[in-house]
Amino acid sequence: MEAAPPLLEIDGLSIDAMLADGPVRLVDGVTLGLRAGEVLGLVGESGCGKSLLSYSILRLLAPGLRISGGDIRLEGRSLATLPERKIRAMRGNEISMIFQEPMTALNPVFTIGDQVAEVFRTHQRLSRPQARAKAVEALAAVGVPSPEIRVGQYPADLSGGMRQRVMIAMALACRPKILIADEPTTALDTTIQAQILELMRGLQRNFGTSIVFISHDLGVVAEVADHVAVLYCGRVVEEAPVAELFRNPRHPYTRGLMGAVPQPDAEDMPDVLHEIKGNVPRPGHLPGGCRFHPRCPVARDICRISDPPRVAVGAQHHVACWEAADAS
Amino acid sequence: MLSYVLKRLSHTLLVIVGISIVSFVFLQLSGDPVGLMLPQDATSQQIEDLRHKLGLDDPVVVQYLRFVGNALRGDLGRSLFSNEPVAALILERLPATVELAFFSMAFALVIALPIGIVSALKRGTLIDTASMVLALFGLSMPHFWLGIMMIMLFSVQLGWLPTSGRGSFAQIIMPAAAMGISMVALFARLTRSTLLEVLGQDYVRTARAKGLPEYIVIGKHALKNAMIPLVTMIGMEFGLLLGGAVIIETVFAWPGVGRLIVQAIMDRDYPVVQGAVMLLSMIFVIVNLLVDLAYGWLDPDVSLRRASK
Ligand SMILES: Nc1ncnc2c1ncn2[C@@H]1O[C@H](COP(=O)(O)OP(=O)(O)O)[C@@H](O)[C@H]1O
Ligand SMILES: [Mg+2]
Repeated sequence: MEAAPPLLEIDGLSIDAMLADGPVRLVDGVTLGLRAGEVLGLVGESGCGKSLLSYSILRLLAPGLRISGGDIRLEGRSLATLPERKIRAMRGNEISMIFQEPMTALNPVFTIGDQVAEVFRTHQRLSRPQARAKAVEALAAVGVPSPEIRVGQYPADLSGGMRQRVMIAMALACRPKILIADEPTTALDTTIQAQILELMRGLQRNFGTSIVFISHDLGVVAEVADHVAVLYCGRVVEEAPVAELFRNPRHPYTRGLMGAVPQPDAEDMPDVLHEIKGNVPRPGHLPGGCRFHPRCPVARDICRISDPPRVAVGAQHHVACWEAADAS
Repeated sequence: MLSYVLKRLSHTLLVIVGISIVSFVFLQLSGDPVGLMLPQDATSQQIEDLRHKLGLDDPVVVQYLRFVGNALRGDLGRSLFSNEPVAALILERLPATVELAFFSMAFALVIALPIGIVSALKRGTLIDTASMVLALFGLSMPHFWLGIMMIMLFSVQLGWLPTSGRGSFAQIIMPAAAMGISMVALFARLTRSTLLEVLGQDYVRTARAKGLPEYIVIGKHALKNAMIPLVTMIGMEFGLLLGGAVIIETVFAWPGVGRLIVQAIMDRDYPVVQGAVMLLSMIFVIVNLLVDLAYGWLDPDVSLRRASK
């Protein structure tokens, strides 16, 4: 009883780093789907492969990294094998991206207006003045005050929150089907973070854009996502609708991440978090068996020997953990 | 931006005042012209009179101000050798020196920029290694030797180019190439390293994520940022070219300020040496000012940051 195929399908995707002494797997067989109008949250500690996964969708991986297996499909079309020219026409047009660091993501030597207008000039072949006018509109739409002045300013003249708004304006300029947001609020302070999240929610409602929202902070993901996938060491360890995940987290890692979310009732000591013990293992030095077992509070013998299978534990709720596998 | 320009202008003015003081001191140290102007057996009264007539018995400050006043009116004294005004001698030679510096720079950049860009885009490939080795080869050859080798090959052996002099385009090719080749390595390596650094920046990734074609990603977004250190280097090298053409001007009998200085030193023609050095220093300072202003235009951050300092 599968519903309509997702807008974006990531199917068994693996990404390798080509190092001098051979390839090292960084993302390992990730399968995910993004339905039209949905916000898919990707969460996991720093270094688990969230950014690589998101860059690979638009084939923006750095040199030395490559997709070594699996496929990515937009409305059934494979993106991994698309010619460069076609994927370029898609970037910023059908699928857009925004990044973590609004300080460095904009080019310091061109005006805001120029950088926003470029998108219109490239994808809609507009003339300079037309693109300029559209840039002003696009900035106004994301709540940049006095956009007709801002277009003439440089990134250095803007605050971090304003720059991220400019990035969002640029990304949504051509009304893409999908917006990939890689930790868009991580570099911002809390009040600005809340404003940007509110803006993204509003735009998502108005335009119906599907969003892949990435964060290391499960609390932030919970605020925007409909469906959440938890990544650990390049793999999806648990995935579920957001309410279901919070009600019934099955993977010890997910529960660990929730412990790291400040609880509303712990107001008097918001800094005391239940961090997950130990560190993320380095790629190429992963433990055998379940990758999480050295840090897992409930690890058993089998966890040290054998990789847990992915099992369904509810409607659209999957988890890869021996505890859940044995229970089902 | 305006306050940045004003600030930079006032700095330049200070440096020019400094240059004028150094030049004045140099003139003082070069000895008393009275000894050279009067016969050996002049009486102390005659010496005294001439010193008074030339104002040499005034306080040093008054003499300095008179020197500055004269210089501002374009009067840098007269050549001891030909008795012509120093300023006229220099100005007559200056266009040749500027012309040679300009062509050397153009020669270097036309070769270095493509090498640097291709090496950066194809880093680690054979093209990268080969072009960098070639560029280094140019750097390691002293330019007077290169100049002589060129004369032997292109003038003596092949008879394609005239050995010396100024007037036709054929005559500027060899001196410009001899000076330019040593800068090729410098600019090629700088272009390669800055472009590589810029290509790793987040805004380049943003430009690609927007779907811009690669020629705009590189030619616009990356290159304008890579231009910033390049422009600084171009300005500095240009200033050095103006002052440092002494050897090449001599090898190719190029009638520029460099050869004028060499000739004046050999003739012990102090006012000419001093005037030429002062003028070249000022040109160097002014070129640097222009470079800094260009820099402020390239990098909008700079004008704001520097002005607020
Ligand atoms: N260019 C690269 N070469 C080799 N390893 C890389 C490269 N880029 C990222 N990695 C590694 O891949 C892993 C995942 O990185 P990333 O996707 O940036 O993590 P996240 O975004 O979840 O913090 C990290 O261990 C990182 O060190
Ligand atoms: Mg990341």
